[in-house]
Amino acid sequence: MSQTNSHTADDVRFVSKTDYLKTLTSLRSEGFEMCADLTAVDFLTHPGRTIAPEVATQISLERFELVVNLLSLSQRRRVRLRVQLSESDPSIDSAFDLYPGTEAMEREVYDMFGITFTGHPDLTRILMPEDWVGFPLRKDYSQGSIPVQFKGAAS
Amino acid sequence: MTTTENLNKSNAAEIISAGTSEGGQELQLRADMSHKAVLRESGAVLRMSESQVASLADTQSEDQTMIINMGPQHPSTHGVLRLMLELKGETVLRCKPVIGYLHTGMEKTGESLTFMQGGTNVTRMDYASPLNNELVFSMATEKLLGIDQEIPERAVWIRMMLSELNRISSHLLFMATNGMDIGAVSMMLYGFREREEVLRFFQKVTGLRMNHNFIRPGGVAADLPAGWRDEVLGLLDALPQRLAEYEILMTGQPIWRERLQGVGVITRDEAIALSATGPILRSTGLAWDLRRDMPYLRYSEVEFDVIVGSYGDAFDRYSIRLNEIRESMRIVRQILDRMPQGDYRIQDKKVTPPPRGRIDESMEALIHHFKIFTEGFKVPEGEAYVAIESPRGEIGCYIASDGSATPYRMHVRAPSFVNIQTMPLMMHGGLIADAVAVISSVDPVLGEVDR
Repeated sequence: MSQTNSHTADDVRFVSKTDYLKTLTSLRSEGFEMCADLTAVDFLTHPGRTIAPEVATQISLERFELVVNLLSLSQRRRVRLRVQLSESDPSIDSAFDLYPGTEAMEREVYDMFGITFTGHPDLTRILMPEDWVGFPLRKDYSQGSIPVQFKGAAS
Repeated sequence: MTTTENLNKSNAAEIISAGTSEGGQELQLRADMSHKAVLRESGAVLRMSESQVASLADTQSEDQTMIINMGPQHPSTHGVLRLMLELKGETVLRCKPVIGYLHTGMEKTGESLTFMQGGTNVTRMDYASPLNNELVFSMATEKLLGIDQEIPERAVWIRMMLSELNRISSHLLFMATNGMDIGAVSMMLYGFREREEVLRFFQKVTGLRMNHNFIRPGGVAADLPAGWRDEVLGLLDALPQRLAEYEILMTGQPIWRERLQGVGVITRDEAIALSATGPILRSTGLAWDLRRDMPYLRYSEVEFDVIVGSYGDAFDRYSIRLNEIRESMRIVRQILDRMPQGDYRIQDKKVTPPPRGRIDESMEALIHHFKIFTEGFKVPEGEAYVAIESPRGEIGCYIASDGSATPYRMHVRAPSFVNIQTMPLMMHGGLIADAVAVISSVDPVLGEVDR
């Protein structure tokens, strides 16, 4: 399902979790050589986001959304994939084998949102300490309300 | 070495309470890992598939290799970057960057600042090129507001000039730190001296040497001060002979060439696969520059060359940055000729505050002023990704808005964060002394890596 966001004139495509790797493979053969960016959004407090009506009837909006920006150097264009991930099973296949540059980006998304990537070679926290509890960029992880965690401090 | 080894060999509970251990984020000893785990980790570290790694699987026993820590407080790590290196003698076999020491949750902070205040946040990410961060954040906000085509001409050209001058100051900083890393210590003084001249101009224009918050959604914060043209001309006249000095000091020197040529080589396919952009990608011979290939602002109306290398080594990346300073000066000269008159920010009272003078005489202006500085302005629901060419590569800003005055999610695609992934590949098989040259040639800014 694709949609050209008339508001911002970006090429945006909604992809299901099961078609994710298949779509990446075909886009890569179409000339999108580089994965410029991979990130996620937690729509916990904003579930009813507006998307084009023809797309809205075909997908069910979930709590997490994986956002992948692909770049074609040869054709000088970009495409953005949006993948819905449910709250009960926030996991998806890793794009590492197709785009090795997503290694650090997927680790960051795992670290910040708790989304796991199946087949990622080294899925550990990247920015937070290894023993950190919680996923900071989730909307139910509020700022300032959690005691600062110091490693090795007497408790 | 001993500290790391002991930590890795101790049990899991001790690792968690130990001072600097990052557990699974660290490079593991071969002796503690299964053969398959070694392959998987090498794959992650070298960014290769398991079959590729298996073909170069090292057969030496683990007592011939050792793991050492470099950083996080090593002077040549450009901030607090920690590298774990597996060495055989002086040769680097594996390397793993451990980052996060500067992580302060700036993307989370961005969710509680209004679009008006957001500039103060993003400008602190890549502190060596703050104006480019502000620019990309402002452009993403304007795209969501639907006013990206309505920014006044003068504001656009001011943005371009500041962006190019910032590229010059950032590359001058690279010249300084690169020189210091390689051992040309006097270069450190020269590079910082010239950068200071540019920062002095920024201070005249924005009020601050760094972290300007000058480029804001809707335009820029203020008009250029009187006499700005002479200041810029003074910079442009002084820099060429300084750059010529750098060439004498470094480019032609046999020691300099020995230290950089053939060091940290990366091929074009590897750079693309690892999503590397900026001088790293261009050093492999690929002329990819967002200013030319996906023009923004008015870059399609100025003439400049995209500098490329041919060997993909550290020397190419040094020469590219040196010559990009010259290209940026060429662009700034064209901007001086064409700087239009007019408004420096959009006259949309819902986005930019009214002029100070109007507040005393107009009730409406007072209300707008009050509303903007207390509530900020509302941005329509939607999402947008904007990318521009920062001195380090593609810097992108992804904003998802829920229709309120603060971004629902604000993500910055930091070029240094992505480019750091090329280090293990560049260092593989090289000498530990060259590791410093590799770090330097990637030119990471750790504030941007960790955000």
